[in-house]
Formats: sequence, C-alpha cells, structure tokens
Amino acid sequence: MATKIGQSIWKFLDERFLLSGLIAFARKKTVPEHRRSFWYFFGGICLFLTGIQIATGAMLLLYYTPHIDAAHESVQFIMSGVKFGWLIRSVHSWTANILIGLLFIHMFSTFFLKAYRKPRELTWVTGFLLLVLFMAFGFSGYLLPWNELSYFATRVGTDIAGSLPFIGDWLKSVILGGPEVSQATLSRFFWFHVALLPVAALMLIGIHILLVQTLGMSKPIGERSKKEIPFFPDFLYKDALGWTLMLVLIGVVCVFLPWEIGPKADPLASTPLGIKPEWYFTFMFTTLKLVPAHILSIEGEKLAILAFMAGGLLWMFVPFLDKRAARETRSPVFGWIGVALALYIVIMTVLTYTVPNL
Amino acid sequence: MNKRAIRVFAAAALFAPLLAFGQKNSCVECHSQLDDELKAPAAALAADIHAEFGLSCKDCHGGDPSQDDVDLAKDRTFRGSPKRQDIPQFCGACHADAAAMRAFNPALRTDQLSQYWTSRHGLLLKAGDTKAAVCTDCHGVHGIQSAKYPKSLTFPWNIPQTCGRCHADKAFMEPYRLPTGQLEDYKASVHARALLEKKDLSAPACNDCHGNHGAFPPSVSSVASVCRQCHPSTGELFMKSPHKKAFDEMGAGECEACHGNHKILVPSTAMIGTDDGATCAQCHDKGSRGFEAAAEFRRQLDGFESGFRAAEGLLAQAKQKGVEVSDVEFKLQDVNTLLVSAKNLTHGLDGAEIAKAVSEGEKALVGVRELGEKALDEARFRRRGLAVTTALLALFGVALALKIRHMTRGRVDKSRRVE
Amino acid sequence: MKRRDFVDIFLGGSLLATIAAFLYPVVRYVLPSRSAGGGVQNSVIAAKAGELPPNTAKVFKFGSAPGVLVNTAEGKLVALSGTCTHLTCTVRFDAETETLFCPCHNGRFDLGGNVLSGPPPRPLETYAVEVSGPDIIVSRKS
Repeated sequence: MATKIGQSIWKFLDERFLLSGLIAFARKKTVPEHRRSFWYFFGGICLFLTGIQIATGAMLLLYYTPHIDAAHESVQFIMSGVKFGWLIRSVHSWTANILIGLLFIHMFSTFFLKAYRKPRELTWVTGFLLLVLFMAFGFSGYLLPWNELSYFATRVGTDIAGSLPFIGDWLKSVILGGPEVSQATLSRFFWFHVALLPVAALMLIGIHILLVQTLGMSKPIGERSKKEIPFFPDFLYKDALGWTLMLVLIGVVCVFLPWEIGPKADPLASTPLGIKPEWYFTFMFTTLKLVPAHILSIEGEKLAILAFMAGGLLWMFVPFLDKRAARETRSPVFGWIGVALALYIVIMTVLTYTVPNL
Repeated sequence: MNKRAIRVFAAAALFAPLLAFGQKNSCVECHSQLDDELKAPAAALAADIHAEFGLSCKDCHGGDPSQDDVDLAKDRTFRGSPKRQDIPQFCGACHADAAAMRAFNPALRTDQLSQYWTSRHGLLLKAGDTKAAVCTDCHGVHGIQSAKYPKSLTFPWNIPQTCGRCHADKAFMEPYRLPTGQLEDYKASVHARALLEKKDLSAPACNDCHGNHGAFPPSVSSVASVCRQCHPSTGELFMKSPHKKAFDEMGAGECEACHGNHKILVPSTAMIGTDDGATCAQCHDKGSRGFEAAAEFRRQLDGFESGFRAAEGLLAQAKQKGVEVSDVEFKLQDVNTLLVSAKNLTHGLDGAEIAKAVSEGEKALVGVRELGEKALDEARFRRRGLAVTTALLALFGVALALKIRHMTRGRVDKSRRVE
Repeated sequence: MKRRDFVDIFLGGSLLATIAAFLYPVVRYVLPSRSAGGGVQNSVIAAKAGELPPNTAKVFKFGSAPGVLVNTAEGKLVALSGTCTHLTCTVRFDAETETLFCPCHNGRFDLGGNVLSGPPPRPLETYAVEVSGPDIIVSRKS
C-alpha cells in the first residue's frame, strides 16, 4: 500500500520534472580519480558553506535592524536575548571568513591544475567574479553590526575607492550614499548584502555549477589515469564527508570563540590605532601603505590601485592568455606566475599582522 | 574739512599720548637687558595672572615706567622689592581690600591676609622667623598663576609638592622639630591615589584638611570635623556609637584613631576583628565584649564580601565563556550597594543593624548566584550541545566512510566478475 | 545483502539524527523568546507617561545599570545615571530636598547631576528624556 502511494507520487513528479532524466544524467556522470583529485572537493565545500550562509543570513534578518540607532543593539540582542542567537551569528561570521579562505584555495588549485583551459574558460571567469562578489559580501556585512572597528574600516576602505582617478569621488559617494559613512551607508550596505549581492551571486553560482556539471571535471594536463568514479552517489558521499568535517570545525570555533560584538561605533571618536580591514583585504591594504608616494610623478597609491584592477582583469582572462594550456601542453610560465601571486598574497597578509605600524 | 573729520582728528590727538603711555614700560625694557635675578621678573611677568588683568610692575612696585632714565623712573613712589616679613602686607595691600579687588574679580575672597595671620606660618613670621612661608612661597613671585590653572603651584594636584618643598625637607624642618614624612605618607593614601592618579579634583590635598591661608594642623579634637566635610554619614554613625564617649574619655580623637592621618589607606574588613592587622584589637582585650563583637562583625562582613566576590567571579567566568550576563551584573550592583552600606554601618557599632544589612545583602546575593549559575549552565549547555552534535556528525562521518568503502568494494567485485 | 542494509540504515539514521540536532537550535531561534534585550543600550522606555506623580522618581534599568527618572515638583522630567560616582551604590530621590541621595555615604547630587555634598568625585551622567505617546523614553546624550 505504502509503496504504491510512493510510486504514484514519484510518477506524478517524474512526469512533470523529468526526474528520471536528471537521475540518469547524474548516474552517468563520472568524476576522474587520480593523485590530485583531492582538490575537486573544495568547490563542493564552498557551495555547502554558501548554503550555510544563506540559511544563517536569512535567520539573522529576523532580528537585525538596519538602523544606526538600533543595529548594534539588535546584534547585541541576538547575542544575548535570542535563544541560540549567539550560535547563528557566530556561525554566519565564522563561516564567512572560512568560506573566503576556501575560495582562495579553490581558485589557486584550479589555477595550478590549469583547469581553466578550453573549454572551461567561462567556469574560471564566473568563479573569479564569484570571489569578487564574496569579498563584497564580506565588506558590506562587516559594517552591519555598526561597531567601532567596522565603522572605521569602512571609512578607510571607501577612502581608497575614493582615491581612484576620475571616478573616485563619484564612486565613493555611490558606495556610501553620501559624503561619509552614515545611515545612508548602513542602508546601502544592508541592501548590497541581502538583496543585490545574493541575487547576483545566485545567478553566477547557477552558471558556474551548470558549467561544471555539463562539462565535467577537468583532468590535469598529461594525467594518464583513466580511473573514474560515479558522481552520484560516490563522489557526493565523499563530498559529504568533507562537509561534515567543516561542520565540526565551525561548531568548535563558534562555541569556544563566539564572534565578538565590539563597542558601538561612535562617529565623533578618533580613529583607533592600527585600524585594518578584514584579513582578506589586507594584502591590498598593506601594498597601498608600502608603495612610495610618487612613482614617475604619478601618485603611488593611485598607480597601485590601477595595477590591482589591471592585475585582476588579467587574472580573470588567464584562460584566454594561456595558449599553451589550451593546446594541452604544459605552461610552466603561468605556473610560476601563480606561485608568485600566492606568495605575494601570503607575505603581504603575514606582514600586516606581524609588523606593527607598517 | 567737515565736522566729522574734525571730531576724528580731535579724538586721535587726545588719545595718542594715552596710548603711548599705556604701552611704554621702561621697567621691562631695562630689566630685559639685565642678567639673571634682575631679568627674571620682567621675563616671567608675561604669564602672570596680574598681567592678564592689565596690571604691570608699577602697580605693585611703584615708580614711573614712562621715564627712560633710571633715576627718574625710580621716583618717590618707587617701593622696590619688599623684605620677606613685609610680603604679606605687600600683597594684602590689594588682596585684603575688598573695594580694590572688586574691580578685577568681585568673587575673589579678601580674607587671605587675616587668615594668614592666624596660621602657624603667619604667627612665626610675626614672631620674627623669616623662614616661615609667606605668600610667594606657595604662589610664586612673578609668574603667579590662578589656582584654577593646572600648572600653577596651588592647583589641587600640585599642592602636595608645593607644601612638600619645605615640609618634606628634613634640614629645613629640623629647628621646628616637625616630622617630614607627611608627603610620603600622603602619597600612599587613598586620597592621593584619587587626586594624583585618577586626577580626581574633589579628592583632598593638604589644604583641604589644614586650610590654605590659615594653615594650621587640626587638633585631635577637630580632625573628625574635617573628615566629616566629605564623609558625613560615617560621622553621624560614629556620633551615635558607644565609641564616641569612650574615645572622648581617652582623648583618642575619632577617625584618625583607626584610619590614621596622612596615610589613610583604602579601608577593608581586615581593619575590623581581632587579628594582628585589625584596629579593634588595639584596645579590646581578648574575652571582652568589644573583642567578641569585633570578631562577630568581621565574620559577618567577610562572609558577605566573600559571597559577593564569589558571585562576581561567577559572572566573570560566564562572561569569559561567551555568555551575556549584563542583566545579572545589573542585579549585582544592587548587592554592591548593600555591601558598601553594611561596611559603613560598622562605624555605628550597632550589631542588630549590621546583621540586618548583611542578611538582606546575602538574600539578594542568592538570587544573583542563581542567575550566575544559570549563565554558567548555559556555557556548559553550549559545550555539551557541541559534544552531542560533534558525536552525531562523527557517527554520520563513519557511516559515510563505511558506505563509500562498501560501495567501492562492491563495484570492484562486480568488475572482477565481469572479467 | 545484509551488510549493505546495515550500512544504509546506519547512514540514514545518523543523517536524520544530525539533521534533528541542527533543527533544534534553528527552531528555538525562530520562536519568539521572552527575555528582553540587554547589553549596552542607547535608549529605553523608562516609564509610562503619567506613571510618576510630581516630585517622585523611579529607578529604571538602562542597559545593565540603573537610571533614575525624576518628575520634579514643577512637572519636569529629568533622567540621570543611578550609579553613585563614589562607590557605585544606587542613588535614590529625596523628595524633601529635590535632590538625589546616595544612602551608602550620604553623597548628594542636584538634578543636574552635580555633586552637592559628600564623597562623590564626579557628577552623575544626565540623560535626555522624551515623551513619545504613552512612553517616556530616556536616551544617552550623544
């Protein structure tokens, strides 16, 4: 009896959603297995953490108030007054940071395995755009609790955008919604964080995953192993094992180090010493501090910002520049460029936290 | 020339010499070119409060600053610098004259000189001891600043050093057979900590107990009145206590009998009781009623205080573990009120009253402790929840691993069979 | 066959248990909680309008510290920090003299927060008071 009802429900859904086709596709789809197939898991973990962010983010909306008089208080209330509020918020904040770290790993592993080569150029481009979006998520979300640190970090961050040639002032006022960090900024960052960025990110994630599913995983150049495992359920089970580990890690950090609230932002207070942006921006931030004031009569800082933008664009279009990889031949030059960039990011980030008053 | 131009011209002609007269000061002109001692007054005058009000050399020293010639400048009105014993009268010429002072600062008192003559300093000076402090020793000479200016010698937190210049100098105080440890003692006191470290201007410096112009050590009988200026409730309690009569009979003074004078430390319950550090035991012999009462007060207060500290520690612990306890901290503050009051009540020596305050406080403490325990429970609950969830996740992980192994093995078997 | 069934049941069971463990905090989070907001606040409803007759006062909770709301004899509302600046005892309103009085050491403040007598070293912080409909709202002055 029960199986009969189950069968008719399945039939009803199958006829409408063409489920058996999807399942057949998933069953037929395979994932190459070789020495470096470990790196395939990072994409799945990032997707899983994004899911956590959407779920916890939506839950935080229930109690958060995007107003400068109430934002800090509402976060305080979430942390103390709401049952498990401390957990939801800590998970959201911690996962955000872990996620960005994993996105960097995912990107560099893809780069070193040359997985961006034809026909997966657009997977790389959408992936890079997603990284930019997630950093924007981080930047806008950081301000929402309206605490001292985030207030001043936002001021410093937007000042950098404001120093761009030609469009700087305009861009800064668009980001801030006015000449300075104010209620308008909070409203705007809230809107970025819960409306604009999620929609953009979901669209890009959709394209990114569709491409991964239809094109399959890339095998490194010269990999001769023919071994493959089914995507469903073998690969998915292994993926789930990774997700389980992440959940344990997040649980431990959230219970033992609940994310702090910090004192409420006071626009009239003087800037605290050593104000820094979130760690994933520090490699750019520290570079800006280190560049000489003038390079060939151009302002060093402006030059560095332009260099970052140009570098980002080149990085995004790497699949089209690396012609050797596109022909399935090794391209060590690009490998070294990747190593140099990774080292640069790591050194600059470490410098930020080890050398005071840089 | 029209009428208006004539008027302007006439005004200019009339006031020009006046302006020139106001600007001309041959005293400063000459003294600036002299050396050291003779140059100092001219140099320091610019920062002087008297200069701020438009007063100049001649207003104290006389003479005619409009003359370029030294002899003409030092005319019959010239008074030169006064001898030490004349300084009080010299300053008092204006400062003791209410009518003269009204022009500059109507709120400024004019009784300093008369007060000074009643002070030990003044009495000594009158007796011919020119070592005794005169106005300039505390206020400076040229370059005198308002007592409200933080750099002035008479600003509250500079006063201990100003008095200490003489009173902490052993050689200087020798002939008077006065002790010189007061400054050191004061610096160790709770009052100095408030004044010098916390920069709390309401805390007493030397002058707040000894008076300023009428400086005199308060006699044993009047010290308590001085303390009561700031500690009225304590004084009230003491007056009602059996100690009042007993101390009077012994001539033991009041507050200072237990708390000392210059080196008044933060009081603690250790002062009450019967052990070595306690002040009660200095008079009350073992077995006496006072001895027993002291022991009882100590027991009650220590019990209350340790309970308070324990609750405080409980909240700190919960806070450190990430639990929000601001609500409970609010309640703890109420208990703090009771604790501080109970300690103060010891001055009244009313056993029933102290016991009442302590029991009330301990009752309130029970509620706080309960909430603190609850917060700690919350911290424990979080950790237990994590343990359960982690165990479940581990279980799930093991199941996944088993499933993966099982599946791969099944597939390998199948492919072998096909071969 | 039997072994496979066991693995499947184990996997499904542990998955369900894990999901249940995750759903519990989520459900508790979404359900409204009874406790009021705590922590550092910048404004609070101190009293209802008309609650205080002239020349009376009430102690209200402002964040985690007490505040005192006074309705003066002239009917003017004044709010101050209730924490004595001497040894953090809670002050109370003395209707006879229209001042605030600390019972611990007889510190006395005027309704502007200034120290009138006794040991308190600093004045009390004063707050802004606003009547909004039925509520008397006290907020920190920025």
